[in-house]
Amino acid sequence: MTIWVRACATEEVDEDDVIAVVIDGKAYAIYQSEDQEFYASDGSCTHERALLCDGLVMDGVIECPKHNGRFDYRTGKALGAPVIEDLRTYQTKVEGDGVYIQLDE
Amino acid sequence: MACFTGSFRLNPFGKSLWVEEMSNRQRRDLYGLNSSATDFARAAGLADADWFRSDIPRKRMKELMKRADMPAIRDTILWIGLAIGFATAGVLLWGTWWAVPCFLAYGVLYGSAADSRWHETGHGTAFKTRWMNEAVYQLASFCMMRNPTPWRWQHTLHHTDTLIIGIDPEILAMRPARLARIIANLVGLLDVPWAIYQMLLHSTGRLTADEKTWVPAEERYKAYRTARIWLAIYATAVGAAVVTQSWLPVVLIGGPRMYGAFMHILYALTQHAGLGENVLDHRLNTRTVLMGRVNCFLYWNMNYHLEHHMFPMVPYHRLADLHEAINRDVPAPYPSMWAALKEIIPAVLHQLRDQTYFIKRELPPTAAPYHGPVDGLMPEAANPR
Repeated sequence: MTIWVRACATEEVDEDDVIAVVIDGKAYAIYQSEDQEFYASDGSCTHERALLCDGLVMDGVIECPKHNGRFDYRTGKALGAPVIEDLRTYQTKVEGDGVYIQLDE
Repeated sequence: MACFTGSFRLNPFGKSLWVEEMSNRQRRDLYGLNSSATDFARAAGLADADWFRSDIPRKRMKELMKRADMPAIRDTILWIGLAIGFATAGVLLWGTWWAVPCFLAYGVLYGSAADSRWHETGHGTAFKTRWMNEAVYQLASFCMMRNPTPWRWQHTLHHTDTLIIGIDPEILAMRPARLARIIANLVGLLDVPWAIYQMLLHSTGRLTADEKTWVPAEERYKAYRTARIWLAIYATAVGAAVVTQSWLPVVLIGGPRMYGAFMHILYALTQHAGLGENVLDHRLNTRTVLMGRVNCFLYWNMNYHLEHHMFPMVPYHRLADLHEAINRDVPAPYPSMWAALKEIIPAVLHQLRDQTYFIKRELPPTAAPYHGPVDGLMPEAANPR
């Protein structure tokens, strides 16, 4: 069973950037791509704990600020050492001025 | 700048008895990756901890992190072009004394400048385009005789736990330093035989015990494959030397990792030697040293080492700008490499007889206070296993 949860307002996330949101004590990363699509993933890198919201968003990729591990934030795919475990991603939708992510209930 | 003898906080007597009771060899054994210092660091919260970072507005940080290809393309063309030019001149002048300065310059470009190229492209920040980073990373790894796979993983540990005893595998100057080893490695006398041993080991499908702890199983085949290719290249160079009855092939391939290595050791000494250990603030354990254009080119701006450790996302060509952005928070940079070495060499020599001694940099009045243990947390009775 899944539910849609409001994560943030659309205006909070710049184009080609990422922010962190915390829902029920868990961190998520919300991205806006250059073509104004919103994406969501777990908030921390799968290599070592580091918040991805401090990382660099570029061409569909989020780069971890700690060891420069890279993920395709649209699919969560790890793009090479030092990250080998994919990032969990979540469905998103925009309703009104809000970005919603689909979570397990 | 104040230099002083620190005390170990966890010692209930306020004395460094544990050091005095320990031989230099036992003290150095603590730097092993499975020592009692490893357990201590984990128990004391020094491992995988939160480190101080200067506050930079996100917009400015994004500007600084922005990637570009052109600076690194320009510098790489210059690096490889100069290396080919000096090598060609050396070959043409072979048999005369004029070949010596040519090969000295070639050696420094190969055995020292490759170190910073290895480092920057290993982080993936030098170029915007990934395959360019990877191509230069492979080339520089070959020059430095560092298998690209285990070394990439090893370097992540250095960034997670910089100068944490028993965890960071890249501490060059321990307390006490292995002086003979550092001096010998100015010409690669220990590094190169060790690299050849590792190459042979990797080529047989094995890793060292330490490497097994940090290279994931699914990545190991890359290390084995690279080692086999490299061995074939070195065997060809040695074979060519034997067939032609000339040193020239090994002066061109492999040899520069010895006769041209001295500058990368000197640069590496400026990074952390003599500073704090077991601290959680790069301002206490990492230096920034201002250097001239030639050294900045050879070292690819890694003289801004404090900035690099605090924000490893920022490419080398923006580190001077990053320095400006955080200079309110960090100690004044050393004005020259000589100024840094003048402080480092006496400090390292002092640490041969007093391992509590370290250099503590003064912060400017505008700086945020030091984060975490300023004197370094040390085990009360750390005994090597």
